[in-house]
Parts: sequence; C-alpha cells; structure tokens
Amino acid sequence: MAKIKAAIIGSGNIGTDLMYKLENSDVIELIAMIGIESDSDGLQRAKQKGYKVFSNGIQAIVENPSMVDIVFDATSAKAHVHNAEILKELGILAIDLTPAAIGHFFCPAVSSLPTSLDIMNVNMITCGGQATIPIVHAINQVADVTYGEIIATISSLSAGPGTRANIDEFTITTRRGIEEVGGADKGKALIILNPADPPILMRDTVYCEVKNMDEAAIRKSIKEMVIKVNEYVGGYRLRQEPMFEGNCVTVLIEVEGAGDYFPPYAGNLDIMTAAAMRVGEDFARRMLTKNMIETTI
Amino acid sequence: MAINSGKPILVTEVCLRDGSHVVAHQFTVDQVRNVTRALDDAGMHYIEVSHGDGLGGSTLQYGKSLVDEMTLIEAAVDECENAKVAVLLIPGIGTINELKQASDLGARLVRIATHATEANVSAQHINKARELGMESLGFLMMAHSVPVEKLVEQAKLMESYGAEAVYVTDSAGSLLPHEVRERIKALRNSLDIEVGFHAHNNLSVAVANTLVAIEEGATRIDGSVRCLGAGAGNTQTEVLIAALDRMNINLGIDLYKMMDLAEDIVGPLIPGSQEIRKGSLVLGYAGVYSSFLLHAERAGARFGVDPRDILIELGKMKAVGGQEDMILDVAAEIAKRDKVRV
Repeated sequence: MAKIKAAIIGSGNIGTDLMYKLENSDVIELIAMIGIESDSDGLQRAKQKGYKVFSNGIQAIVENPSMVDIVFDATSAKAHVHNAEILKELGILAIDLTPAAIGHFFCPAVSSLPTSLDIMNVNMITCGGQATIPIVHAINQVADVTYGEIIATISSLSAGPGTRANIDEFTITTRRGIEEVGGADKGKALIILNPADPPILMRDTVYCEVKNMDEAAIRKSIKEMVIKVNEYVGGYRLRQEPMFEGNCVTVLIEVEGAGDYFPPYAGNLDIMTAAAMRVGEDFARRMLTKNMIETTI
Repeated sequence: MAINSGKPILVTEVCLRDGSHVVAHQFTVDQVRNVTRALDDAGMHYIEVSHGDGLGGSTLQYGKSLVDEMTLIEAAVDECENAKVAVLLIPGIGTINELKQASDLGARLVRIATHATEANVSAQHINKARELGMESLGFLMMAHSVPVEKLVEQAKLMESYGAEAVYVTDSAGSLLPHEVRERIKALRNSLDIEVGFHAHNNLSVAVANTLVAIEEGATRIDGSVRCLGAGAGNTQTEVLIAALDRMNINLGIDLYKMMDLAEDIVGPLIPGSQEIRKGSLVLGYAGVYSSFLLHAERAGARFGVDPRDILIELGKMKAVGGQEDMILDVAAEIAKRDKVRV
C-alpha cells in the first residue's frame, strides 16, 4: 500500500524519538531527518537508519519541495513560526510539536479530524496538555466542567533547555488547550520539575469542578477515555480511582514512556511524539483516501 | 558578633504571604490593610503580599484565595508610606502576566522562587522584573536538600540572569545552624550580589539560624510576626528585632511597635497555634516542604491515616514544593496498604 511521505525537522530528543516511532507506521514513510548540526546525535542515528539527512534546516524543504507531504516540526517555538510560513506556501502539512501554538490545537483522543484538508498547521499543545485534556474532556462530556485545573509533574532530566527557558509558554498554552480542546469554561495549568534520582515517571493531576455531579457516569467516561489514549500511549494509566468531593473530581494519572529513544520515565516526551504520530497517521489516511478517489476519477 | 558584610540588613515581613497558608488563603482586604499599616508604621522595610504559593497560586491544588491577591497587593501598596510591597513568584505556577499586573499595582520587589536544583527556569522572570524596574531576587527553595556546591552553582545561575540577591530558603525548616553557616558562607564567597536567608521554625532554630546567617553576611532577611507562616512559621520577626537590638544592631524597626502589632493585630488572625506540634516537627525532621502540613492533615482525615506517615513518605519520595497533589496519592496508597494489612 502507498504511504504518505514525511520529514522531521529538528533532530533533538523529540525529533529523534519520533523517528523511531514512525518506523512502525503503516501509512507514513519517513524520508528525511533535518537538523542544523550535522554531527548531532539525531542526525547520526538517522543516517545509520538510511534516511536522507540534511543539516541546513528548513532550506532542505525549500530546495526539495516535492519530497514530502507532511513535516513534523520538533525545533523550537521561534523557529516554527518561521518554518510554518514556508510550509504553508509550499502546501505541506505542518505537525507542530513546539509550543508555538499558532496552528489548530489537536489532541488525538478527543479532537475529530477536520472535515476538510485545508488545515495546514496542527499544533500538539504541550505534553501536560496531551496527558490531561482527554480527562477534562471525558468529564466535560457527562458533567459539564466549569473549571479545569491540571498539574503536570515531570522529572528534571526530561525537561530540556527550551522548556526551561520558556516555562510560561507551557502554562499559558496548556491552559488554552484545557479550555479550547478539553471544554472547560475556565482552565489553569501548573508545571513542576522534580529532580529525584532515580527519575520519577510523569505524573499529572486533573481537578475539575462540574455542574452536574454524577459519580458513576464520570467514572465510566474517564475509564473509556483511558482506553482510548492507550491506543497510542500504552503507559498511560490512572494512579488511583477518581476521587469525588462536593462538586470537584480529582484524577491522578501516570505516564510511562515506551522507551523508544527516551528512557521510560520521560512519559511527557513520549506522549508528545506518540500523539504527533497518531495525528500524522490520521491525516495521512485522509490524504491516501483522497488520492485514491482522485485517481479513480 | 562580627558581621561579614558592609551592606545594611533589610527585612521582609512574610506573614501576609507565607501566613496565607495558615489561614487557607482567606485573608481579607481589611486584615491586609491593618497589618500593613502597622508594619509600615513600625518601620518594616518590605512587606510581602501574595497567595502563599506566590502569584497565580489561587488553585484547587493549593487552595483558592478568598480575595484576589491583586486586590490585596493594591490595598497594601495604598497603606505603605515608607515600606515597599514585595511579591513572590514560582515559575510554573505564576507567569510574567501576573508579575506585570503586580508591578503595575505598585509592587516594588519580587522573589523568583525555584527548587534548589532548577534555577534555570527563572531566567525569563528575573529578567522581566528588572525590565519592569522592580528589585529582582532569586529564592532557592528546599536549600537543605542539596550539597553546598550545588546550591552555589544554582545561585550563580540566578546571578547571571540579573538577580540582585539570592536567598538560601529553608522551606522545610530542616537546616541546623552549622548547615546554615556553610551555605551562607559559600554563597558569600562565590557571589558578587547580596545573600538572603528565609527560615522555617519547625526545629525551633529559626532565630538562631538567622543570627548565624547575618553573622556570615546575609543581608536580606525574612521573618513572620508571631511565626505566622507555613508549618511552625518563620523566624519570628519581633523576636529577631529584639535579639538584634541586644547585639546593638539597629535596623530602624521599632521593637515596641512590633510587639504591639504582633499582640493586637496579627495575633487575632491566627486560627490555631503556631507552636511546634507533631505535624510541624515532622516537617523539619523529615525535610518536607512546610506548606504540605495542612494538606497532609486534611488528607489524613479524608483517608483515615496518620498525617505523619504521609509526610515521612513524601520526604522519602523527595517531593518538591508545589507537589500538593502527591499528598492525596500517598494518603490513598497508605490507606490501601493499611486495608490489606487488616
């Protein structure tokens, strides 16, 4: 079966982990890995795997515009703003793993694929968003969430320099995701770095204040949602049964990574790449169907 | 006692910020006005006003504020003739947006607080505060939990971002005098900026520790009147002023006025007792973030477990400031374990 061709731009941790994940895709064929430092670990590994390797950043796409249909951007928020312009002009779908937050917010467990393929930029929100928005959404479906608050706690080792230098972007973008994708009337997000050794697994806590408290319905909706997230993140699980007090629901989550490139404790990085791959595959399937119809006609 | 610094000692009263934990963040405008007016009149240098967990801390995780902290900051600024209003900001909880709001309302100083190993999340906030024309200081929390060299390394990062002082913040009230001495001394020897000290009294050595810190050259000092701060509170400000006075160190703060406001104005705000009881003692003993105490007591009641067991477990797990959600998780785990045993 034909596959949709894709490249990854940004050969850091996220890009490299995504490269390992895309190897197993049945609808996406990774063609190229694009970085800016030819001796980076990510580019070295890509070369060994037999992918095309470029070290001139987005210029690689400008020079080879028909090489791919999808570009996964794992650079930085600043670089993505620049890359997004170029990709849009070239008609290439951008799946943005940076916190630039300029595209359509997407969380695979809850967002439905847009009806048209006109959307050219999809943003993966944040790791904390990917881990908690499904739960907020699950509760909102049955109980109407007036306020959703999330706390993402990650191991210090899994927080890269980009995250650290712009920690406000995380809290602000995640809050937006809680509201716009999760469906809470009002959202709030916190992030905590924990330096414990050995490193802790990613933990997320979701507090939701609801209009229509129905413990049984909420419990059921949450459990169904966990199964849905498990389709693309196997190590996503509840730490405790959901807790109820007054009009407030508390859900404690733990995310263990698949260990593709990152160690398993970095569930925060794993959930980003896993979600991005899932979104990429959803779009790729759509593109393949469209191609098939056009060919038939 | 010889003091290893030529700079004046400046005191920040934290009862309206650290004390916010004790009253479950229920301070009213009148309370803030009355305390601020009296402190200002007594000659206090800085008065910190924020949610207990800093700007933006009003959450289900830490407790919602009764009155928006910006309203309280505005009221405090309005009451100050000479004192300056300070705020606290923990990156990951508060953002530059709240910092800017506080600055617009007249807050003149901010402490940017991070866990002792995570100073590099503070660069954008330290920077922004300088840009806003505020005094911008770094606050290294849980300073007991890392070796001295690590603390120096992290303090230097904050200095490089533009911090005008870095505090050794004993959030767990766990440091003993000799440990305070080595930390302050090391920072004084490695930094060109001022060094500060923030204590918690969980092992009853907050005043002693503060005197050691001053002796080693710390010039930014925190206290809370009547120990109105998380756990067993902080260095009791009026006691510190009296002790320093005995040592002929005059900070320009009126001792009698401090005693009176402690008795008549702050005293009535304290819901229980700030003396060291088993909960606060365990904080200092196990090295646990002081604001966990009341949350652990609540979770203990909810799950039928001893709050001390929760706190000891959190200490073992190396929970950092802000991880109040771990308290529920640990309490639920202990309750399950106890059930199995029965």
